[in-house]
Amino acid sequence: MTAAVEIRGVTKRFDDVVAVDSVDLEIADGEFFALLGPSGCGKTTTLRMIAGLEFPTEGSIRIFGEEVGTLPPNKRPVNTVFQNYALFPHMSVLDNVSFGLRMKKVDKTDARAKSMKMIDLVQLGGMEGRKPSQLSGGQQQRVALARALVNEPKVLLLDEPLGALDLKLRQEMQTELKSLQRELGVSFVFVTHDQEEAMAMSDRIAVMHDGQLLQVGSPEEIYERPTNRFVADFIGQTNLIDATVEDDDHIILTNGTRLRAPSPHEPGTSVAMSLRPEAISIGPRGSVPDEHSATSLEGAVASVTYLGHAVDYSVKIGWIDLEVRGGATAGGQRFEAGDEVSVWWDRTSDWVVAD
Amino acid sequence: MSGGVRQLRGGTRSALSLNAALVYLFFYAPILLLIFYSFSDDDLVGRWGGFTLDWYRAFGRNDEVQSALSVSIRVALISTVVSVVLGTMAALALERYRFRGNRIFDALLYLPVIVPDVTMAVMMLLFFTWSIDVVNTSFGLSLGKGISTVALSHIAFSISFVSIVVRARLAGMTQTLEEAAQDLYASQWQAFRHVTLPLIMPGVIGGGLLALTLSLDDVVITQFAAGPGSTTLPVYVFGLIRRGVSPLINAVSVVMLAASVLLVLLSLLAQRARGGSVT
Amino acid sequence: MTAVQEQPKQLDETGDVVTPLLELANEKNKRRRGLLLALPAYIYIVLFFALPLIIVVVYSFATRTRTGGTDLSGWNIEAYEKLGEPIVRDILFRSLWLALITTVICLVVAYPFAYFLATRSPTVRNIMLVFVMIPFWSNFLVRNYAWRVLLGNDGPVSQLTEALGLGQTTILFTPTAVVLGLVYGFLPFMILPLYASIERLDWSLIEAGRDLGASGFQTFRKVTLPLSMPGIIAGCILVFVPSLGAYVTPEILGGAKTTLLGSYIVTQFLTARNWPVGASVSTVLMIVMLVAALTYFRSGGKNL
Repeated sequence: MTAAVEIRGVTKRFDDVVAVDSVDLEIADGEFFALLGPSGCGKTTTLRMIAGLEFPTEGSIRIFGEEVGTLPPNKRPVNTVFQNYALFPHMSVLDNVSFGLRMKKVDKTDARAKSMKMIDLVQLGGMEGRKPSQLSGGQQQRVALARALVNEPKVLLLDEPLGALDLKLRQEMQTELKSLQRELGVSFVFVTHDQEEAMAMSDRIAVMHDGQLLQVGSPEEIYERPTNRFVADFIGQTNLIDATVEDDDHIILTNGTRLRAPSPHEPGTSVAMSLRPEAISIGPRGSVPDEHSATSLEGAVASVTYLGHAVDYSVKIGWIDLEVRGGATAGGQRFEAGDEVSVWWDRTSDWVVAD
Repeated sequence: MSGGVRQLRGGTRSALSLNAALVYLFFYAPILLLIFYSFSDDDLVGRWGGFTLDWYRAFGRNDEVQSALSVSIRVALISTVVSVVLGTMAALALERYRFRGNRIFDALLYLPVIVPDVTMAVMMLLFFTWSIDVVNTSFGLSLGKGISTVALSHIAFSISFVSIVVRARLAGMTQTLEEAAQDLYASQWQAFRHVTLPLIMPGVIGGGLLALTLSLDDVVITQFAAGPGSTTLPVYVFGLIRRGVSPLINAVSVVMLAASVLLVLLSLLAQRARGGSVT
Repeated sequence: MTAVQEQPKQLDETGDVVTPLLELANEKNKRRRGLLLALPAYIYIVLFFALPLIIVVVYSFATRTRTGGTDLSGWNIEAYEKLGEPIVRDILFRSLWLALITTVICLVVAYPFAYFLATRSPTVRNIMLVFVMIPFWSNFLVRNYAWRVLLGNDGPVSQLTEALGLGQTTILFTPTAVVLGLVYGFLPFMILPLYASIERLDWSLIEAGRDLGASGFQTFRKVTLPLSMPGIIAGCILVFVPSLGAYVTPEILGGAKTTLLGSYIVTQFLTARNWPVGASVSTVLMIVMLVAALTYFRSGGKNL
């Protein structure tokens, strides 16, 4: 099957700054795809290049096999939901939604009928005569969606679509966007800096940093098997422990502790071991089960934070502090600052990442 | 913002109110008195001699005033239309594009706003004297200064004012709107026609009214750029005033004043009608 | 955009489009479009503004012939030397002095007014602003003429002072009348930037000042005044500059003894027919304005 979007060797330079650095990416038809990264990582520039709002300095962009790198935005079969929506303030909701169809010279009655249907689909029926300034943030967001989707784009591009909404509305819209995408079967490519949002909505996520594509994968892969320190740190909370590879199955921490942790890296490579706080078990000193003895450390509780559903411990292990998340159930054992403890983890939960 | 520091204390408050009242008195008393005396049936300008409309009738009958008025209107309309078109184009170019020499152009475009009237007048006099001389000798013509030179000089300063006003409006409008239009299949021309132009319209209208006002206000530049038969109303009235005041000037002044006020109200209405935020 | 589409696709061995040329073409296209948009106004300003400006500077170095014509062949600075002569120097200093007095009066009157305006509720503020804008947009000549009528012999002001037993008012055709006319003409130029900068003040800073025990006056001097400085600078320049080059006001309200720069320049061209001197005074005036404008932009001012 041809990819909905195929990006090959795309680089974008603004004067001396490399905004996107030779990125290769394939987005499948019908996929909900997230471009995730901190601000300035090149994710928005990548999206704008797919839309045609920027032209790549090098490389090729295809949409369903057709090279679009040479086309201006109005000739590309994609539409965009802009950050802050970019609704035309001087036009009614209906005029906003039907704008694309009017520009494509679609018959007027057809354009109107289609637009009204789309306005209904995003649950704004009856508001077609209002101006954008008379709508709430969430409603504006729906208009922006309708305005893009009414043109039946082959790919829908969304630039931080939920960034301007408050938390509750954002969660609602996440579900709604997701079901809309399933219903329409169109590929959605959306840009976000919010990793939880990316996790919740996407089939696959591409993590970008400093213009480079670091990792592409399902939310599970990205979370559990990050390929490098940045991804591990950016996605969720994690403990990163500096180490050196000893052999295929072992690493040596900076204080000399030898731990069992398989890694594909050459012996002698400096790496980091990523350990999610919730993957670490905590118990009184010496209570480490035998099967975990090769993956355990000893330390003392430095501080305790009660979260309601869980308890976060900061455990001082000699030269580092480990964040450990323990259960807060009534029967569960609890520790206090100063307690001597052991921590251990399952052999499958640690993960060695390149520096 | 009620309460806090914005609420002034008693003494300060009354002193400031008094100052404000005096400022408004200062602004409006002369204008209102001028209007009052323009209806006075007395040959002395500042004395009340009963109500009359004679001076306005004289205004209507006076051929010189009428021809000066017609010159003023023609010059104002030409210079407004041309400077609105050129000034808006310049504003778009400077606010939305980078091109060779854009910095020099930017600086150059501010100069007519800064240069004093008298200097501008001198510039026009010397330039038209020199250039007409050059044109006449090289093509064997006998051109002279006239309405066209007056209009040309008015355009020279109005372009700058229009472009400043339009640029302010453009700067407040995010470029994303134009991108959104293009993303929705609009060509660059369509994006301009359907999105940019309607949104900068208040700026364009405001700039146009400013150009109109400046053209109708100008005395000294016009005086230097004018030739026989191209005396505008302000230049004519200025000449009259220098020879001495007369009740006729009162009436002409009130008409000019009314035109100005009408323009202000129009510009306010234009802003009100399209005042929506653009960001 | 058309150029972008016409750009031939350049294929490398893998069949991928290589786009550096395309990006370049697009960039060039945008630049061309910008230049094309700017060009009519650009040409106009160069032809009808920059060129005349150069001509004025050229004339200021020329020589006046006996018949009142101008000889452009021998360049000299005689016209500038004339600026040092007592008559011209007096005019220069008088103009500077009157422009300075006008500016100070405007500042003293406008600051409390603008402050008062900024502390009103938005509705009241807008109405008050409209009534500042009306004189601002009204015909300048007419507004000066109004004072000529008011101050004239047997005019309303004179009638009033006589009725009060103060005798006739005789300030018409004196420097006082000129300053009055200039203040009347340019006061809105002071009010508007002052209002803009005071209105934009962070009022919590002033509250903080009061909170820290400063008196009303201390807070004003240490907090409000420095923060509204950009408005003060802008307003002063906007009043000082046109006052210095004023022509209409002194012609209507001033007398023969109060010749100012504007009138002097006009006289050099229309009656004395000494164009080089007129051009040199104009050039000096222009340089003063440029320096003022640069100060304004340096101080962070942008709105005119």
